[in-house]
Amino acid sequence: MANVKKKLCVKPEWCKGCGICVAFCPKQTLKLVKQKITIADPDSCIACGMCEMRCPDYAIWLEKEAE
Amino acid sequence: MPSELVYQYFRQAKLPHIWCPGCGHGILMKDVVTAVDNLGLDRGKVCIVSGIGCSSRAAGYMDFDTIHTTHGRAIAFATGIKLANPELTVIVITGDGDASAIGGNHLIHACRRNIDLTVVVFNNNIYGMTGGQYSPTTPTGDFGTTAPYGNIDNSFDLPDLARSAGATYTGRGTAFHVPQTIKLIENGIKNKGLSLIDCMSVCPTYYGRKNKKGSAVDMMKWQRDNAVDYKKAQTMTEEELKGKLIIGEMYHKEMPEYTAEYQKLIERVGGAK
Repeated sequence: MANVKKKLCVKPEWCKGCGICVAFCPKQTLKLVKQKITIADPDSCIACGMCEMRCPDYAIWLEKEAE
Repeated sequence: MPSELVYQYFRQAKLPHIWCPGCGHGILMKDVVTAVDNLGLDRGKVCIVSGIGCSSRAAGYMDFDTIHTTHGRAIAFATGIKLANPELTVIVITGDGDASAIGGNHLIHACRRNIDLTVVVFNNNIYGMTGGQYSPTTPTGDFGTTAPYGNIDNSFDLPDLARSAGATYTGRGTAFHVPQTIKLIENGIKNKGLSLIDCMSVCPTYYGRKNKKGSAVDMMKWQRDNAVDYKKAQTMTEEELKGKLIIGEMYHKEMPEYTAEYQKLIERVGGAK
């Protein structure tokens, strides 16, 4: 569990630009560019899942990385 | 391909949903499927029933056996489904207006019977789909398109209403408190009897705009900062609770369930053996 790597994925065509994920991200990883979600700083992501948990449009999520 | 959960439980062709940017309903809809997933329920034995309104669009997106019914009558349809097939898990997704105004009578009588339904109310304090009219849960003094000078009605406290009508599990979650809300819905599904979970959504388009509550983010931060757990609220004075939102499990009691009682009746007085 502890060592499973997770990758942040986005689906900008589902994003409506509400900014909830950006606001609740503890690491300033995310940014809205032209009202669509973008991962501005992928290296800062700590895979906490706050964005996935509160995205009303399911446009951002964590995926388990293949070994 | 979206996340596994979304891929598994939603009708992909119907997404993205039609709810406004920042609407809390999307979060709450995922809470419901997460609860179903966590309980490991057989998907073919779960039925989702919804009425009319923003909230009730959910039935169209969720990949279960779903039924999108007439305004306020979701609980009436669900009662029929449950009585005909007591082995099904029936979840009613409804809005504040759908449940407590148009379908208020169905709600209280389903509570009175304690039939095994889980009623998840997506409560956005307003009629969103029809343009922002005030609903029975719009707080006193707040604005709506039909309350341009402020609402003078007192509002319903849905878990309280359900409890006094006879529901055996009540609670309140919010769009912000995701894990807590999932747990409440799980417990509601597990409860044999009527469970009502009042899920506070955010409506930045109508309720938020009419009441100057700011963006969806501001409204969710308000929920974060003003929510008080039910147990903690018991120790606080009325003064301290002013303007606070009480969340958490509010009531749970074991009582005879309607379909089980009905089955007993059939066994007792039914004709041909």
